[in-house]
Amino acid sequence: MPVSKDAIGKQWPPVTYEAGREKVREFANVVGADNPVHHDREAAIAAGFRDLVAPPMFCVVYSAMALAPALLDPEVGINLAAMVHGAQEFIWGEPVCSGDEITTTATLTDVFQKDDKGFYVFESESVNQDGAQTVRGVWTNIVRGV
Amino acid sequence: MAALKPGDPIPELRETPDRYLPHRYAGASGDFNPIHIDPEFATQVGLPGNILHGLYMMALVARANAALADGDPRALKRLSVQFRGMGVPEQEIVVTGTVSEVDGDRVVTECQAAQGDNRVIRNGEAEVEL
Repeated sequence: MPVSKDAIGKQWPPVTYEAGREKVREFANVVGADNPVHHDREAAIAAGFRDLVAPPMFCVVYSAMALAPALLDPEVGINLAAMVHGAQEFIWGEPVCSGDEITTTATLTDVFQKDDKGFYVFESESVNQDGAQTVRGVWTNIVRGV
Repeated sequence: MAALKPGDPIPELRETPDRYLPHRYAGASGDFNPIHIDPEFATQVGLPGNILHGLYMMALVARANAALADGDPRALKRLSVQFRGMGVPEQEIVVTGTVSEVDGDRVVTECQAAQGDNRVIRNGEAEVEL
């Protein structure tokens, strides 16, 4: 059965995430980001940040929440059990600091098929409480056996 | 750091995720897909065991590139990767890369990650502002 392109362009409601200090430290620890600006508030302020600053890949914590309903949406029609994460791109803007409120909107931008694989491409746009973009993500999920 | 030029390697990053790293990454990231944290479930769906999160391995690639700017979180402007082989805990991950373009303070690298012969991240491209 060919993949359905009907949902291309669909956008899901924005999701807001508040970054907290211990969450920033926890994420920095697990990925081994040992720059003191991720762990020590004084060091972060001395380096010009408002508060503890998150490592760039912290974007997965606040933007993935906006993607989840899109992946589960029956109009998109992804068979989750057969889905793998094929590719990922992030383009970063303003750094995210503890206390920031980040709002992310997900959009389905493309669906296509190669052989028996369906490719579902989502974009996420995240902005902080001042309206500055913190990250834009391009998420490519591959569903086998379509 | 001395001025980088095309063809220069980026500092290699080596990290061996311990057995419970996927569980800690699940907690930190919110991704509790059982293929990452439940060896029994993973085996039932045909995997060799619980596998690493692709985005965790991408974070190591991000770190290797940010190291060009001493880990400054403002330095990494863009990173794109393809996930291929499955990464597993308790095996060393090696992130390597090469500078492909230099334009003033902006450096573009081509980068990848592997566990032995298993190239878990391919066709990585990063843009770093030094």
